Amino acid sequence: MSKQVLANMKTNKRLRKRYRKEKLFKGSAIFALSLAAAFLVFFFYNIINQGYSALVQAQILVDVQYNEASHKSYRKAIDKSYRKIVSRGWLRTLPIYMEDHPEVMNTVRNEWVVATADVDQYLKGKSNRLKDKQKRQIDKLQEEGKVKLSFNSNFFTNGDSKMAELAGIKSALVGSIYVLIVTLLVALPIGVMTAIYLEEFAPDNRLTQVIEVNINNLAAIPSILFGLLGLAIFINFFGVPRSSALVGGLTLALMTLPVIIITTRAALRAVPHTIREAAYGLGASKWQTVWHHTLPLALPGILTGSIIGLAQAMGETAPLLIIGMMAYIPDTPTGFTEVATVLPAQIFTWAGESIRAYEERTAAAILVLLSLLLSMNSLAVWLRKRFETRW
Amino acid sequence: MVNSILILSLMSVISGFFILQHVKKKSLNSRWHSLPAYYAWFAVLWMVVPALCLFFFSSVLHLLHLYDVGASFLIPSTILLTLWGTWRGLKQINPELKARESVEKVIRVSLVLAASISILTTIGIVLAIIFEAMQFFHIVSVWEFITGTHWAPDDATDGNTQGMFGSIPVFAGTFMITIIAMCVAVPIGILSAVYMSEYASEKVRNTAKPALEILAGVPTVVYGFFAAITVSPLVVKFADAVGLHADYTNALTPGIVMGIMIIPFISSLSDDVIRAVPRSLRDASLALGTTMSETIVRIVLPAALPGIIAACLLGISRALGETMIVVMAAGLRPNLTWNPLEGMTTVTVRIVDALTGDQAFDSPETLSAFGLGLVLLIITLMLNVLSIYVIRRFRSQYE
Repeated sequence: MSKQVLANMKTNKRLRKRYRKEKLFKGSAIFALSLAAAFLVFFFYNIINQGYSALVQAQILVDVQYNEASHKSYRKAIDKSYRKIVSRGWLRTLPIYMEDHPEVMNTVRNEWVVATADVDQYLKGKSNRLKDKQKRQIDKLQEEGKVKLSFNSNFFTNGDSKMAELAGIKSALVGSIYVLIVTLLVALPIGVMTAIYLEEFAPDNRLTQVIEVNINNLAAIPSILFGLLGLAIFINFFGVPRSSALVGGLTLALMTLPVIIITTRAALRAVPHTIREAAYGLGASKWQTVWHHTLPLALPGILTGSIIGLAQAMGETAPLLIIGMMAYIPDTPTGFTEVATVLPAQIFTWAGESIRAYEERTAAAILVLLSLLLSMNSLAVWLRKRFETRW
Repeated sequence: MVNSILILSLMSVISGFFILQHVKKKSLNSRWHSLPAYYAWFAVLWMVVPALCLFFFSSVLHLLHLYDVGASFLIPSTILLTLWGTWRGLKQINPELKARESVEKVIRVSLVLAASISILTTIGIVLAIIFEAMQFFHIVSVWEFITGTHWAPDDATDGNTQGMFGSIPVFAGTFMITIIAMCVAVPIGILSAVYMSEYASEKVRNTAKPALEILAGVPTVVYGFFAAITVSPLVVKFADAVGLHADYTNALTPGIVMGIMIIPFISSLSDDVIRAVPRSLRDASLALGTTMSETIVRIVLPAALPGIIAACLLGISRALGETMIVVMAAGLRPNLTWNPLEGMTTVTVRIVDALTGDQAFDSPETLSAFGLGLVLLIITLMLNVLSIYVIRRFRSQYE
């Protein structure tokens, strides 16, 4: 063989090796991305799979006796054989119901009532603590059509409860809203004002640089340390009531501040300089230019950033644990200084419960939280797409 | 207090409106320096600001426990100040008054005040933590805290804290979980970024990037639930299958889940810096006959390295400060070991545990949370400074 061919074979061999390497590299890059995508799919599948069953709740058709005896002792309202399978928490509400609705007194009504969490789990084929005798009873009732799974409205209209079948997310949801209102009222004006100052007014001096470095640092501080701040400064020093929506909102506001500042600055920076020059040319002062022209043009960007910041604050748990917002709170808060809990904290508390029936409720609460967050983020994306001006 | 503030603001709105009408009418036939609204604002500011200052000072005095200004003094003096301010403001209104300049000065001052709140927050965090941590280090020596290998705050009583607050096992657990998380996040994150920016079509990239960012938007408490309920049993089962024993609170589970959480941070930031590498560098390399992978490994990645390193540092500081995943899936028991299948605890877990118990606020265990928090703060700030330094120092090289 000639030298030429030999050399060619050698190059070919090397070339093939290089191409193999190329394929391997590209393959591993695709693999990495698909792995991440697989995580995402598995994660959502897993949560939905665990949570959707909490949307229905077992109910039993029983004769409920409304009379003096059952008013005095609520257990007497239903037949003895049902006492183990009908929710005691529901029975407890009977006397108050009778007082509010005197017309039902001295009647016997055939009603669908809430079953215990164990019956619920049994019907859904999950582990439960029912005895064999009760299981047979449920099976028999099922044949007669006296047991059904129907929409779990308790989950959305009740607060937390020590009885899993009655536990709901209402108080946590309302608490979350209160906290977010405080966060928005504090963080939005301060954040936007800071951004306006840094972007439009600040001279390039020491103080400005310090503030800028500070904001970057603030964005990097772990959220739990904001909880320490809230505990030491807001609760111990300023005397804000512990576990209240107020202290939670203030703490989260400080956390959201850097997000709002950074996005607002970016939005202000995106407004072209020619617009400012045109306003100055017509004799507007600096503030008039900002207020009448720059700020309105940057508003979509500011809104997008604030919504994203709020969504982050809504999912935050760690600092709120530190300031005591994880207590057992069955009642819906009606003010900013009342004891409150938030949705993520409720998820955390339920995740720690040993009773299995809470597990699906935790997953269902997660689904509610995730869909809220996703819709907030989609709203932000939509706002940006809808009002974005390309200069 | 709330009522009087409401009344005050209502009054200022109403009188601002009247002043506006008044000035508008007056300025119709003479030449005024500023637009009418500025005179209204000028008068309103004169009406409100003195009273607000009084409020502010009395509440500062109250908070510092120096002097308690009673309501019986506060309410009449507020009314007097408001009346005086209104009178002063109205008296100054005339065509020569440069109302716009004064009002804009006030606006500027309030912007500066808003901007300094971010500084105050940082100072507040640092002071709050240092102040409480000092109390802790009065009880426990710094040396013992740094070098001790036994962490048992539950056994510590007021008098006896000797050998109970050695933080090495706590930090060992933190670093172990962080390392596991980075082992998951760094390769997957960087390779995904490479694929998205170099190989993928615009369409794939436009779906993959936001999809990955969903992972970043998921609240950490959700990841914690996922780790504790789903991943942890899987890890235990898998370990059993290969003949190893794993605790349910093993360090591997939170590490893996935390890694998944950090993937989007790294991939998103790396994608941005890789795309910022100039086209000409790639073209020059490809023109010499290199394959795509050779160009990426030899040319593009080195050019983007500072940004990628900064992204990884950011990921590390996220992992160190992450709380909910470890609180729900890692153990409470401080454990000094190399085996990631054993239960371990982390700094953040101990902080939450110390502060959600029912100890008195000045008990050594509660204060230890601030000691741990101080170290966490220092490490995070150092990582942040380091990442800024890396970007600044090496960025201009390829531009």
